[in-house]
Amino acid sequence: MDISKLNAQVNMDDFIPATDEEKEYMVQMRPSSTFFKDSVKRLLKNKVATVCFFIIVLITLAAIFVPMFWPYSYDQMLGMTPGKPVDNSFNDLKPFEYGRSEIRRMEAGETVVPHIFGTDSQGRDYFIRVVYGTRISLAVGFFASIIVLIIGMTIGSVAGYAGGKVDLIIMRIVDIIYSLPDMLMVILLSSVLKVVMEGALDGTVLAKIGSNIISLFIVFGVLYWVSMARLIRGQILSLREQEYVLASQAAGANGKWIILKHLIPNCFSVIIISTALQIPSAIFTESYLSFLGLGVNAPMPSLGSLASDALNGISSYPYRLVIPALVISLIVLSLNLFGDGLRDAFDPKLEK
Amino acid sequence: MNTKTLMYIVKRILLAIVTVWVVITVTFFVMHAVPGGPFTGEKAVTESVKAAMEAKYGLDKPLGIQYLTYLKDIVFGFDFGPSLKQRGRNVNDIIFDGMKTSAKLGVIAAIIALISGVILGSIAALRRNKFIDRIIMIITTAFVSMPSFIMGSLLLIFFAINLKWFPANGASKNGLVLPVLTLSLYPMAYITRLTRSSMLEVLGQDYIRTAKAKGVSGMKIIFGHALKNSLIPVITYFGPMLAGIVTGSLVVEQIFAVPGIGRAFVNSITGRDYPLVMGTTIVLATLIVVMNLVGDIMYKVVDPRITLE
Repeated sequence: MDISKLNAQVNMDDFIPATDEEKEYMVQMRPSSTFFKDSVKRLLKNKVATVCFFIIVLITLAAIFVPMFWPYSYDQMLGMTPGKPVDNSFNDLKPFEYGRSEIRRMEAGETVVPHIFGTDSQGRDYFIRVVYGTRISLAVGFFASIIVLIIGMTIGSVAGYAGGKVDLIIMRIVDIIYSLPDMLMVILLSSVLKVVMEGALDGTVLAKIGSNIISLFIVFGVLYWVSMARLIRGQILSLREQEYVLASQAAGANGKWIILKHLIPNCFSVIIISTALQIPSAIFTESYLSFLGLGVNAPMPSLGSLASDALNGISSYPYRLVIPALVISLIVLSLNLFGDGLRDAFDPKLEK
Repeated sequence: MNTKTLMYIVKRILLAIVTVWVVITVTFFVMHAVPGGPFTGEKAVTESVKAAMEAKYGLDKPLGIQYLTYLKDIVFGFDFGPSLKQRGRNVNDIIFDGMKTSAKLGVIAAIIALISGVILGSIAALRRNKFIDRIIMIITTAFVSMPSFIMGSLLLIFFAINLKWFPANGASKNGLVLPVLTLSLYPMAYITRLTRSSMLEVLGQDYIRTAKAKGVSGMKIIFGHALKNSLIPVITYFGPMLAGIVTGSLVVEQIFAVPGIGRAFVNSITGRDYPLVMGTTIVLATLIVVMNLVGDIMYKVVDPRITLE
């Protein structure tokens, strides 16, 4: 019996095995995506976070590069020329005003870079002081967070992986430091360390950074690692029960290898999020201390010390306070919003 | 209250006591590690005068003995010794005087922050994504990211210098209005955001839907069911809020020249009045630790659903 007649409606040609070329056509190859790429993609979809990221990048680039080509420096008193009496016409200039010798030079046809924000009571260009202050504040925030990250990560991962008595002792210490009133301790320690460091630093490379900033870093290293350590310990506690850790142990890996190769990379998102949120809080603390007169060493400016200096002439020159205040608020706000964006992008489970 | 809760409370109280002890110890040894001691830097004093001064304040004894005496005086007599720079005054008196002003400042600020924060947060949650919600969220975001010293300075420029509504000096009549406002804005903004998000969560719960289905009026749902439960996160913020007000008062009292304990603390640091630094640090730190303790315990007691570690 002829089979094709019984199945008249079916075209038998459709059932021929596909050739290799046809198979290739059917398969859609996508480039494999990593966790990091996925997260960045999610982050870029978040408009607020992206805008904040660009604001931060812009401010950072300006803080790094503007002082390189700006004709004035942050500690140069413009009225002072060696061998001549002090020219007071440079002090307390309003924005876009010029000192006497500058007006003379302009009349002679030279171009003078304007003082966009005027000058301060000692004749220093205020614009460059704000830019430099931003640089200091950003640098302090960034490096302080790195210090916190390194200490917190090390201690947290050791406590989490070792467990038992080591974990118990470390976590009791963490509990105590965590419940210390941080700001009071920061003020106390940095005011004392400042005095202690002054003598010890003389003549070393570190003296250039200033005893105040160094002591600030130390205080951050001592006090703020605890929340990072807690976070990482919690992550590692659950991660170390995973099969791949067991496999690695069975293959003879030691604790250091397992922590560095397996556990820490899996905490990546937690680490990146909390570091990003640590930076604005460090900037906040630094400006708070500078405002109380415990921050950077004069004549070096930071945004907090600029705001604090401006309080003296506040009725005549309110903009001198408003400018650094706006810059701090802008930096802290955009870093916080960017950090929130990072959290949503890198940890979709944690969505609030 | 079951034994588990009781155990938790006992544990937290023990931790608080240890914390206060650590604060006292750290403060004592840190202040005594400063090179030069409290009498250098002033007018040159002869060796014999210096020795007499040190004997008077007990600084000639070994450090360990000094520490134990100091600890004993605090625990049994609440005595921080005499001030080095303000002659004839005890640290206790200075702290007590400053506390009167600062406590008034802090308590009023906390009450304002709580009431207005909860009200604004509820409004924002009920009018979610409407115009008024947007406005409230934008303003609170701005307030949350503004350090207290900047907020204070801006209020000073605006209300004291430009408008001349309130005096810039905190010691004069109506002088506490601006400091209180400065201190309350940050916690108010924070509580608003907290209340809004927890209220939104509560409004999505089944029991709210049940109440609506039974025909309970809107107001009754809010005040009878939703508000009580959405205030639980606000209670957790109680401790951090008071801690924030204490640290905020350090700069706020500086800006507005309020004669409070925060100002005494900052001045004692710049003036190197060591007993005063130690005394104020310990008192403020104890205050913060106790507030955190009360906040934590309240949180666990208020909501029995919360599991204890």
